[in-house]
Amino acid sequence: MNVTDLTFLALCLPFLGALAAPLLTRALGHNAAWVLALIPVAIFAHFAGFSADVAQGEVVTGGYDWVPSFDVGFSWLIDGLSLTFILLISGIGALIVLYSGGYLKGHPHQGRFFSFLLMFMGSMLGLVASDSFLMLFVFWELTSITSFLLIGFDHHRDAARRAAFQALVVTGGGGLFLLAGLILLWNISGVTQFSALTSLGPVVKASPLYLAALVLVLGGAFTKSAQFPFHFWLPNAMEAPTPVSAYLHSATMVKAGVYLLMRLNPVLGGTVAWQIVLPVFGVATLVIGALLAVRQTDLKLMLAYTTMSSLGLLVLLTGFGAPYAIEAATLYLVAHSLFKGALFMVAGIIDHETGTRDVTRLGGLRSAMPLTFAIALAAAISMGGLPPFFGFLAKEEVYAALSAFDWRSLTFAALAVIGNALMFAVAFAVALTPFTGKPVATPKHAHEAPVLLWLGPAVLALAGLAAAFLSSTVHALISSPMASAVAGEPRTVTMSLTPHLGVPLALSALTVAIGIGFYLGLARLRAGTAALLAAIGWGPDRGFDQAIRGLLRLSFAVTRWLQNGRLDTYMAVTFVMVAIVLLVPPFLFGELARPPIFPAIPLHEFAIMAIAVIGLFAVVLAKDRLTAIVSLGIQGFSVAVIFLLYGAPDLAFTQFMIETLAVVILALVMTRLRLSPSDHRPRRETLPDAAIALACGLGATLLLLKVTEGPFNTALTDFFNQYSKTIAHGGNVVNVIIVDFRGTDTLGEIAVVMIAGLAVLSLVRLRAGSMRRIADNDPDAEEAGR
Amino acid sequence: MEPVFAVLTGIFLTIAVYLLLSKFIIRMLLGVAILGNAVNLLIFTSGRIMREVPPVIGAGLDVPAGPTANPLPQALILTAIVISFSFFAFLLVLSWRAYSSLATDNTDAMRVAEPVDAQLPPLGY
Repeated sequence: MNVTDLTFLALCLPFLGALAAPLLTRALGHNAAWVLALIPVAIFAHFAGFSADVAQGEVVTGGYDWVPSFDVGFSWLIDGLSLTFILLISGIGALIVLYSGGYLKGHPHQGRFFSFLLMFMGSMLGLVASDSFLMLFVFWELTSITSFLLIGFDHHRDAARRAAFQALVVTGGGGLFLLAGLILLWNISGVTQFSALTSLGPVVKASPLYLAALVLVLGGAFTKSAQFPFHFWLPNAMEAPTPVSAYLHSATMVKAGVYLLMRLNPVLGGTVAWQIVLPVFGVATLVIGALLAVRQTDLKLMLAYTTMSSLGLLVLLTGFGAPYAIEAATLYLVAHSLFKGALFMVAGIIDHETGTRDVTRLGGLRSAMPLTFAIALAAAISMGGLPPFFGFLAKEEVYAALSAFDWRSLTFAALAVIGNALMFAVAFAVALTPFTGKPVATPKHAHEAPVLLWLGPAVLALAGLAAAFLSSTVHALISSPMASAVAGEPRTVTMSLTPHLGVPLALSALTVAIGIGFYLGLARLRAGTAALLAAIGWGPDRGFDQAIRGLLRLSFAVTRWLQNGRLDTYMAVTFVMVAIVLLVPPFLFGELARPPIFPAIPLHEFAIMAIAVIGLFAVVLAKDRLTAIVSLGIQGFSVAVIFLLYGAPDLAFTQFMIETLAVVILALVMTRLRLSPSDHRPRRETLPDAAIALACGLGATLLLLKVTEGPFNTALTDFFNQYSKTIAHGGNVVNVIIVDFRGTDTLGEIAVVMIAGLAVLSLVRLRAGSMRRIADNDPDAEEAGR
Repeated sequence: MEPVFAVLTGIFLTIAVYLLLSKFIIRMLLGVAILGNAVNLLIFTSGRIMREVPPVIGAGLDVPAGPTANPLPQALILTAIVISFSFFAFLLVLSWRAYSSLATDNTDAMRVAEPVDAQLPPLGY
């Protein structure tokens, strides 16, 4: 196997694992996690093999043709950006699989959960590895779908169903924007792969469609990465089991939007629009998210809103355009995945072991859960941006990027300080408050978590520490290649634990000072934001409900209008359309027939046609049943005679028989039912009907005139005439066609007659009583009657 | 000959559509019967009209002696006649059933499937 095939296998492996997971869980119980975790470990190992090449600035591409005629391939692109993401997804994925083994131990659907989780992992890996636009889109939507499945995992709860539906609508809808944006990019640049697009940045930026493409791409990225005002689905997604929140909704999936922005930064970035829209949305999300986080008392919700803040910070940095901004985004993205994943898992442990995650009902857990406390503290220190953790490096780089002396940088730096200070307060509210103070009685007796639960967060917290101490290696392998890929030019990240006296450090100190203030005054801050939100009283979350209800009402109204349950409306609409289709195109495209020349016809032929027409009008005007039936017979027999006169005796005989039967049956039914054939409706109803009917008739006449005026292709007729005798050995060509050349058709015809006969028979034999119950629309009554 | 048939077909179709637009099922049924004839005439005319020579190959011959009527539309119409009769019979029994169950022949009053007071679907999740 060569590298291409191995990489393809690595990308497929999670989906294969998803197939095996339920069986494996049935056999091994929660210990299946140890086996299933080998899948992401193998993927991690495979892609880590590329890191040496990628660190040299190389780009690994590969793939297969998918739709060659549209230049669409199943192709991947491994550069610093995608490699970092792949390592995060597979590395954290392995820990999450283990954590899920402990978290959902004994859950009846644990196998299904593993399956969904691995499917998500495969989708996310595919997303970040994609080189082809279409492949990215497909995996993008797959992450939305698997996220839907995972959020709605507890599908018996209304809130989980709502959250799952909401996430799917928002992120899936955003995916459609992305698709449109990618198609625009394809139209502008003529390429379908990111690797080819990178060098075409100037072409794209010069295009008049640039702004449209930018808005559409941002529509996809902002919904996926929960930017204000599309953020509301993310906190609701906390209805999912905690491993999902830790994995999808903090470490990986929500970063897909940021990934997209980073991937397209060399192509779309650097323009005025980019540098205004991204920072403004990013900083709004940062501050609003942090404020909303402060209001919460649920550990997971507090973390969810800080995730929103962090995503805002990442978007701000990606679009900021100052020196160090890209580097800061890179470092912060990695640091955030580590500490936020760990903190979510800690929140899950607390929930799992004490039975609550309400921070006001928790306290003094440090003696019962010392290990969890240590992990939580380590992660919170990293999140607060304190040394000696990787979060500190990221925070320093962030302030380095924001600390230029112009009004723009100063504004954003001030807002970032406030947002970061709020996040600092929340970090310690999550990691410190539950563990310190007096022990509080919890629903479950608290004790230390089993190894499957603490292993994941411990590894992530330690990774945050190790990455800070080994920063030069991390920068060489991860940060610098990733920053180079995002910037589209070589960049070197140098930030280390050694503090540099300067503005960034001062801003850091300021953040910590304000953050400690916020932490101490958290209760008042919480009351304040709660009061503020109560005063506003409306949010996008409620707006979503209103929009969905409005949509339901609208579709109901439209359905009621289009399908009002009146058959005459349906018929009228149908025949108006028939008339339009028959009449409009000939007039519009000048395809009208020439004025016809009517030949002189013998009297007997004219007479029979006249009789047919008289029969027709008699049917319409008949005042009693017998007249109507007889008139129907008149037109039918006239048609038979016409067939006889114009060389179709077979048709004539069949028509005679059928018409006789029809008249007899109709007479039987109509005399029994005493139905009146006349139309007792007012003129204002019959006149429009007559107009529609006339239009249809006129249309058919014009069509037929036009058709018959052209030359006639006799190829089929000649074929049948020539071979009827010689091949099928029959003199009557019509009969030979029916029983021989088109024998299968005739078989179908016989089947139709038979089925119609069976249907008639069953309708006739249906008990009258059961019919009445159906009419009352009460199927239960029929059941009860048996 | 074809223009005459075109006009005749038009008249057949007009009457059929007019009857189908009625609210009374028995008139719609009459319309269905006439619609079948209208469509048959349409097919017959599009295959061109040829007087009095049926497409039959005489004894001892391999191909027709001279020009004959077009056999192809005739074969199609033969099938169509039979199928439209089956359809007609089915509709007839269906309307008889509907009448005996709902005690009306007015389609406005047949609202079992789409009731007049249809309710909004549930608005929850």
